[in-house]
Amino acid sequence: MRKRLAHLSVAVAILVLVLALVNPEVTWATHEIVVGLQCDRTGPVQTIGVFLCPGFHDYVKLVNKKGGVEGHKIRVIEIDHKYEVPLGVEAYERFKQQGAVSVSLYGTPNVYALTPRLTEDKIPGTSPGFGRADATDGTRFPYVFPIAASYWSQATASVKYILDHSKGKKGLKIAFLYYDNPAGREPLPIFEKLAKREGFELRTFAVPPPGIEMSAQILDIAQRFKPDWVITHLFGRSPSVSMKELRRVGFPMDHVIGFVWGAAEADAEAAGWSTAEGYLGIQFAGVGSDFPILKEIAKMYRDEGKDPPREMNSTVYYNRGVLIAALHTEAIRQAIKRFGLPVTGEKVKKGFESIKGFTLEGLVPPLEITPNDHEGGGWVRIYQIKGGKWAPMTDWFKAYGDVIQEALKEAAAKGS
Amino acid sequence: MINRECGVLKTSYEADMALYPIPLARSTVLGIAIIVFLPFPVLANDYLLSVANLVNIAILGALGLNILTGYTGQVSLGHGAFMSVGAYTAAILATRYHLPFWLALAAGGVMAAAVGSFFGIPSLRIKGLYLAIATLAGQFIIEWSLNHITWISGGIQSSIYVPRPALGGYVINTQRGMYYLILIVVSLGIVAAMNLFRTRVGRAFVAIRDHDVAAEIIGINIFRYKLLSFAISSFYAGVTGVLYTYYLGIANYEQFTIVTSVNFLAMIIIGGLGSILGSIFGAAFITLLPILLRYVVEGIGGLFFTISDVAGVLTNLQLILFGGLIIFFLIVEPDGLKKLWRNITDYFRVWPFPY
Repeated sequence: MRKRLAHLSVAVAILVLVLALVNPEVTWATHEIVVGLQCDRTGPVQTIGVFLCPGFHDYVKLVNKKGGVEGHKIRVIEIDHKYEVPLGVEAYERFKQQGAVSVSLYGTPNVYALTPRLTEDKIPGTSPGFGRADATDGTRFPYVFPIAASYWSQATASVKYILDHSKGKKGLKIAFLYYDNPAGREPLPIFEKLAKREGFELRTFAVPPPGIEMSAQILDIAQRFKPDWVITHLFGRSPSVSMKELRRVGFPMDHVIGFVWGAAEADAEAAGWSTAEGYLGIQFAGVGSDFPILKEIAKMYRDEGKDPPREMNSTVYYNRGVLIAALHTEAIRQAIKRFGLPVTGEKVKKGFESIKGFTLEGLVPPLEITPNDHEGGGWVRIYQIKGGKWAPMTDWFKAYGDVIQEALKEAAAKGS
Repeated sequence: MINRECGVLKTSYEADMALYPIPLARSTVLGIAIIVFLPFPVLANDYLLSVANLVNIAILGALGLNILTGYTGQVSLGHGAFMSVGAYTAAILATRYHLPFWLALAAGGVMAAAVGSFFGIPSLRIKGLYLAIATLAGQFIIEWSLNHITWISGGIQSSIYVPRPALGGYVINTQRGMYYLILIVVSLGIVAAMNLFRTRVGRAFVAIRDHDVAAEIIGINIFRYKLLSFAISSFYAGVTGVLYTYYLGIANYEQFTIVTSVNFLAMIIIGGLGSILGSIFGAAFITLLPILLRYVVEGIGGLFFTISDVAGVLTNLQLILFGGLIIFFLIVEPDGLKKLWRNITDYFRVWPFPY
């Protein structure tokens, strides 16, 4: 028995070594352009990764099928880091080793941990809709690209929407329900500034991690504070819990606005579409399947004789994956066009900074990324759950740019 | 290491008490030391070095926890939080008071030792699972404080960027430089821990683990030594946190959550409780296994499918394999990898004879 076990373990060890050596990724020629993709299909917020990453892959696959970027194929290396920082760092080092010219980061702690490295290694990394809001300031964080509305921009947009849809400003009360971690607290200073400026009453309610128990906070909101509007900023499983609880205490759902990570089909499904009816959500990418690019992807699958993947039905996260991939591809295209080959991280950084008027017919907001503004303007759209799907309520808009500029200046003055 | 006592005759007490009494073991250790100090860092690429750095940092943390849990018998679920104490102490000292790296490193360790021994006070009255829960409280209290007290965390983002470590005007900013820095600190930690258990203090720890009442009867001050064990263990944790901070360039408490504490506990249980070698094996195993599994699963998957098509399955398969392998190794050898290694060396001790 013991002997057989020993033989078995030796055999397994040899197999492992052989497989590691024949790994196609390691031995492939490096004539393509490599893009790193951090994913989280197994960690605490896997509800996002399982839809977002396929979107990223499918877009790149389509681009490659159509001849690549200026004739060059893109190879995506996906690494699942389970939302853990050591694995995320290891993933990044592997991207770097494989010659990645841009990296799609995932998870706020990972963005924090990798920010110094990106700058040192001169590899641009994107953090759409998460990461640090002050990375908008391209002069301070030259290699970090939020490329989508940060939590600060989401805060200003939600307040703008509320003021536009309230009769009088007098006595307006807004409750902010947030996940109690750095990412959850990030919009707080913006809300405080806006409360002072617009004269509404703001009260904040923290939900401790893991965020699936918030009946006390919701009861406090509905029974004691009695606000006109509730803005929620939650992650993972907690947005669906907030929908259920708010419905249970009878709060009008069309006066609840969820930030971008609490505004997907998955959340409404978990809470029940009828429960979530009326709930408003902020989006930084177009929602729904009615975009030419998505039809092209579906056609690509049908041409192969396959059905389009079921991930495409979860349009909120899938489309965001497409958006992230599209912006990476566009940045690489700009880099090749303007600076030629070989593609390097430095050139792709400049490529990102020249993205303008690239909208994929409505899927991507009218971004304009500049060396100063890595966020691209902070455009969002507000959607509402109506009859089992997300329906648009507004066009792309942004608000209170001056408040955000002021906060950016304060952050820069404070350093670190 | 490899033990062949045959023909080794000790003629003095010093020879009998040597760290490695057998010449072959001594030369093996020396050989490994030379390899990790010279050919490996020179030949390895940045990726391998970055993985080695993660392993080395984990070794130091596992070693610290093993001193407390494996040698003194006090279960701790607050190890991750003690690391964060070291991390933030060093970050604050480095950024606000501009202390050099080596001072911040020591100060982070000392601060963690102080906090760790404070949370070790309940260990005098409670044991086992009860103590685990008390230290869990420590984990949550520290995590909450770092999350909410902006004086410590430097703002709502609870993260402080630190400059690259500099020693005597030389700024260490490459993976290779970091490798040497971490390796030196870790080697010191290993040597210190090995020698700790050859002293009166270390033997007192072991006596407390084996039977605390008996230990008290033979004259060991339980309170003092339990707290000392917490302090030493937390010092290691604090230094681990500082290394993490300087390695990543940022102190952020989200790297030191309860998951981290459990991970380190898993390392020493799989590696072997009460063993220096076990800590090293365990840290390497838990850190490397997910990475290795990824290569294997991608290798197999890549032979038959396009990676992007099956990525969703592969990542979950890795988790299943990870759990399965841990169970497999613990069933094969409940005393951990160090016992597995011992079995192998015992076999070769008399080889080629059966006994």
